[in-house]
Amino acid sequence: MATTARPAPKHSPDAYGEHSGLWSWLSTVDHKRIGILYLYTALFFFMFGGVEAIIIRAQLGAPNQHLVSAEFYNQLFTMHGTTMIFLAIMPLSAAFFNFLIPLQIGARDVAFPRLNAFSYWVYLFGGIFITIPILFAVAPNDGWFGYAPLTTRAYSPGINIDFWVIGLLILGVSSLAAAFNFLTTIINLRAPGMTLMRMPMFTWMAFIVQVLLVLAFPVITIALVFLLFDRFFGTNFYNTVSAGADPLLWQHLFWIFGHPEVYILVLPAFGLVSEVLPTYSKKPLFGYPVMVYSGILIAVLGFGVWAHHMFAVGMGPIADTFFGLTTMLIAIPTGVKIFNWIATMAQGSIRYTTAMLFGIGLVALFTIGGISGIMHASPPADLQQTDTYFIVAHFHYVLFGGSIMGIFGGIYHYFPKITGRLMDEKLGKIHFWLTVVAMNLTFFPMHFSGMLGMPRRIYTYDAGQGWDLFNAMSTAGAMIFPIAMLVFIYNFFVSRKRGEIAGSNPWGAGTLEWTIPSPPPEYNFAKIPTVTSRYPLWEGKEVDYECARINSQEGKTPADLGIVMPYSTIKPLLVALGLVTMFCGLIFARALIGVGAALMIFSLYSWLLSPLEPEHH
Amino acid sequence: MSASATPVSAPAPHHYTALGIDSRKIAIWAFIGSECMLFVSLISTYLIYKGRSIVGPFPHETWTDPATGRVLKPILNIPVTSASTFVLLMSSLFMVLALAAVQNKEKPKQTRGERILGNSKLWLWMTAMAGTTFLGFQAFEFTSFVHEGLTIRTNLFGSSFFTLTGFHGAHVTAGVLWLVTLLAIDYRRGLGSRDSLLVDIAALYWHFVDVIWIVIFTLVYLIK
Repeated sequence: MATTARPAPKHSPDAYGEHSGLWSWLSTVDHKRIGILYLYTALFFFMFGGVEAIIIRAQLGAPNQHLVSAEFYNQLFTMHGTTMIFLAIMPLSAAFFNFLIPLQIGARDVAFPRLNAFSYWVYLFGGIFITIPILFAVAPNDGWFGYAPLTTRAYSPGINIDFWVIGLLILGVSSLAAAFNFLTTIINLRAPGMTLMRMPMFTWMAFIVQVLLVLAFPVITIALVFLLFDRFFGTNFYNTVSAGADPLLWQHLFWIFGHPEVYILVLPAFGLVSEVLPTYSKKPLFGYPVMVYSGILIAVLGFGVWAHHMFAVGMGPIADTFFGLTTMLIAIPTGVKIFNWIATMAQGSIRYTTAMLFGIGLVALFTIGGISGIMHASPPADLQQTDTYFIVAHFHYVLFGGSIMGIFGGIYHYFPKITGRLMDEKLGKIHFWLTVVAMNLTFFPMHFSGMLGMPRRIYTYDAGQGWDLFNAMSTAGAMIFPIAMLVFIYNFFVSRKRGEIAGSNPWGAGTLEWTIPSPPPEYNFAKIPTVTSRYPLWEGKEVDYECARINSQEGKTPADLGIVMPYSTIKPLLVALGLVTMFCGLIFARALIGVGAALMIFSLYSWLLSPLEPEHH
Repeated sequence: MSASATPVSAPAPHHYTALGIDSRKIAIWAFIGSECMLFVSLISTYLIYKGRSIVGPFPHETWTDPATGRVLKPILNIPVTSASTFVLLMSSLFMVLALAAVQNKEKPKQTRGERILGNSKLWLWMTAMAGTTFLGFQAFEFTSFVHEGLTIRTNLFGSSFFTLTGFHGAHVTAGVLWLVTLLAIDYRRGLGSRDSLLVDIAALYWHFVDVIWIVIFTLVYLIK
């Protein structure tokens, strides 16, 4: 029998595992706890980015306002985009990857639990690094896509862009480390019988996203390294004035990353909604294989559409035609998904829970964003629309109407699995309707202000151009978001403490994560399940139900079951700290580079040479 | 880490894997896939900027400085780099022998030849030394370029050349450190066939870095 070197822990159903207290969170390697850390941190940054957006909208509420300076306005919109993309939506998706992937494929943890902790700590420290400057009004100020040569030292001499370049490099390390981990987990830790075509759709979309991350992030890493070298060591990559550099180099490298990034942001939400809609329609997902293939097709085509962000630079008719066509093509697999979700709901016995409402919200609102996307897939149309509020309207329908609606749906759906308690449905529905009203009131008028020629990134405007009403509407809508968020936060924290006890499968869902107690024990599955179908709880065979029966038992410790758990360790945190300290050295004091490198290398060796878990005997 | 030791009667081992191979091997392939895109970006930038530098020195052409009248010869030293490329290629052979030596550690060895081939320390040393020699060549190349007036700031060629080859050199450096770490383990407790995965993934990385150099050598040095 396997034994553990640790004292037998006492299982408490309310906290995560046997540990509590700050140290247990700093040293955890449990994918569920890391997922919760991601969730809280990303929700914090989501609200931080939201406050930035509200200041932006307050400034634009009426013509010729001077609530903030033009310079600070630049910092606000840059950090709003950077925060929402890299610190809110991606980590919110990562929270679900962490919590759900091992549960959905029947695994005890991710493939590399300590690397998983490392990813989180790099994200946290990198997020703090890139966010702190705005409190001192020295935040990055050249837009979230940081176009070089504008971002080179000649045009952006301050430390603002230094924070942006280094911050994104740090966050890239986190994303890549996590991507290697999840990719390996999905390929290699699937339970017996969990074939690729039986994987839950969320895990499938997560799998595709990891492939995109692995292939897209190195490209922006190199673009950022060039920029870093230009700014710190005087190289010429973006030196268009005296060295003859190509002004489009950055744009190409950035968008080769940037467009797959769009799918990195939205596919996890597609995955979540593909879990939500079947559950509350009491029907298996319609056209499962087609959903898989369309996801793969989106990812493949996603690497061939990047220059549609660059129609205005004059690439010539052949390039414009090619990228216009590929962009229109990508609407086909995306449209297939929309129709499949609708067909999933068709003739189902639908329960309008909050999660379901958010899921339906995604289908409706993302479609609006998708349709406006096809409009500017056509280069001549795009030349009218590019850099106007029409584009702002488009990508907010995609990212808020798509990603955020899906993520909220996921939170309401999985909250009982994470905490063991249900969220309040009445408050949830208030949150949903406030969000839908706020979202449409804010972003729909932007279609009109954009069509009337209002450019992006201007900090104020003159009256009498026909923009006043639409801006006032957008600002009014934006002021509803904080109310919606307050309802959500209140509901979240009160339900966490006093919500109704959920039980293992409160929604009657069909996939593996619902066979185990809520919250799951630290080992997830007492017995690694054997899987015979896509919905083991709906259409499984005897063996599925037998596994589910064993796994739903509560109160067993790892020692009772002879399961070896990994040691908790602080070392991944120290490596992350060393890495970020090293990067800080570039801006603050060069001595920090040595200190950080020493800490990183020492902790890394200490980590790699210590065993993951007690030896089996 | 030692799932193989779990008796049959025990519950499903923690390290059950769907493909039956160690997760680290899959992760290193994913990592290599990512590294491919890293070098594709670096190499593409080099090629895009090829021939677009305004001032010399140039890689394959002579350049006369209009201000001073000084004539600068083509800067790339192909014979020397061919030698360093040969050394790096040989290091891959040594790496293969090192892995074979670790995998066959427990097999009895009769002849002197078998003992030499089975000496994992020897082949790890040879690989690390070949890598270090390559880095020495690169240090020599970089210093001589700087003496001839090409720095990372001189022109587009200098920026993209030093960044590309420097990134590759950094990868070789990391590989040498990895090999030295394996050597330290070998000296401390001896690497046996149970450790072959550790050497296997290091070898995959090493061969990858080697292959990337063949691409760089061809595109940067050989093709004018």
